[in-house]
Amino acid sequence: MSKKIILDKESAEFTKKIIELSGEIVTLCEQCGTCSGGCPMCDKAETSPSLMMRMAALGQKEILGSDIIWYCASCYTCTVRCPRGIDISKVAEALRQIILRDSVNRIDLSKLTPAELEKLPQIALVAALRKMTG
Amino acid sequence: MKKIGYYPGCTLKTKAKIFEKTALYTAEKLGYEFIELPNWNCCGAVFSLSSDDLIHHLAPIRNLVRVQDMKEGAFLSEETLVTLCSMCFNTLKRANIRYKNSAEDRSKIKNIMDTESAYQGNVSVLHFLELFKSIEPGSVKLKRKLKGLKVFVYYGCTLLRPKEASLDDAEAPVILERYVETFGAEALSTPFSRLCCGSYQTVNAREKVVELAYKILTSAIESGADAVITACPLCFFNLKDIQNEICAAYPDFKGIPVAYFTELSAYALGMDPGEWDEEPGFIKTALAQTGEKKIKR
Ligand code: SF4
Ligand code: SF4
Repeated sequence: MSKKIILDKESAEFTKKIIELSGEIVTLCEQCGTCSGGCPMCDKAETSPSLMMRMAALGQKEILGSDIIWYCASCYTCTVRCPRGIDISKVAEALRQIILRDSVNRIDLSKLTPAELEKLPQIALVAALRKMTG
Repeated sequence: MKKIGYYPGCTLKTKAKIFEKTALYTAEKLGYEFIELPNWNCCGAVFSLSSDDLIHHLAPIRNLVRVQDMKEGAFLSEETLVTLCSMCFNTLKRANIRYKNSAEDRSKIKNIMDTESAYQGNVSVLHFLELFKSIEPGSVKLKRKLKGLKVFVYYGCTLLRPKEASLDDAEAPVILERYVETFGAEALSTPFSRLCCGSYQTVNAREKVVELAYKILTSAIESGADAVITACPLCFFNLKDIQNEICAAYPDFKGIPVAYFTELSAYALGMDPGEWDEEPGFIKTALAQTGEKKIKR
């Protein structure tokens, strides 16, 4: 017996936006949990990558308030392992972008001391700014 | 000598000078002349993942245009670009793939980049390790012995993932192990060789990076390694430079030397130790293994 889930208009639009921005069909996710199982940042976050995928597929906007999208380190472990061939890292990026494009920044480098800044390699700073500022 | 285009990237010119020095030394000894791209620019460090964000692919593509121009000017033997930093490798290689695969993206990018030559999409982006993957261990003449030195290979993420950007099998790579063996040491690996160290989260979630680095380095120590090697200046920072923070968080942590993979080869090929600002930890162990007291210059 097949089940049909009907989304209200707002949720359907949100899911569509995520699909467009990520280029990934989030509704293909079968909730197997493989992405969460291999995620190095997952135990730190309140939301797992598979829950993020479910909420994205159902168009639940609360996912924008989750911490996994900011803890994600774009390590691509989930990407190479998803049995449905979904690039989960692109979904996390799409969700970050939805927030960052409203000119909201998630990191503030002025909070680091000059000594801390001096020690960090350039690629760490460039990457963090690319991922967490709009 | 084969002339090959070389992209250093920002960190190799600043925090990771020893990575560049030892790599250039190794390449020269093995028959390559690396020609640094003129006017290269930062690649952006991370590949832009959203479908509509083309602007961030211009930086990597612009570097590929330089390679194309150099080949046309007969400065290079082939249209190849070699990188050392894993993050640059991933970003340049993926931007190249996206450009090649999408006619729509290609025409948009060409329209924006109207002051340079149009990129034809023929450059191959290689990681340094790929140049030497077919070298047979035993075929390279080594000046110093590393026999008995046990080296834990750490791949991290961006050399291996995603699959289309990988320089080897994404889940069962051997390229670093073979490199270590070519230069006379023994290679060790565990699944932690491919676990993310937390990457750029070191900027704002350091405690998580400390935890991951502790797990990775502990796996290396437990496997019996004398040293850990990496190909990424960011992994190097997370695994080596913050070991004092790991000790503070995990009192049982004893520490282990960490080096770039090219330090190993340059040492084995005879590079003058005076070139290192700080003597890498693996050298002492290597000397002890072979019973030598001092480095033979
Ligand atoms: S691995 Fe793929 S199919 Fe499985 S839960 Fe994650 S996104 Fe869904
Ligand atoms: S890419 Fe992000 S979500 Fe996926 S495994 Fe890595 S840290 Fe977790």
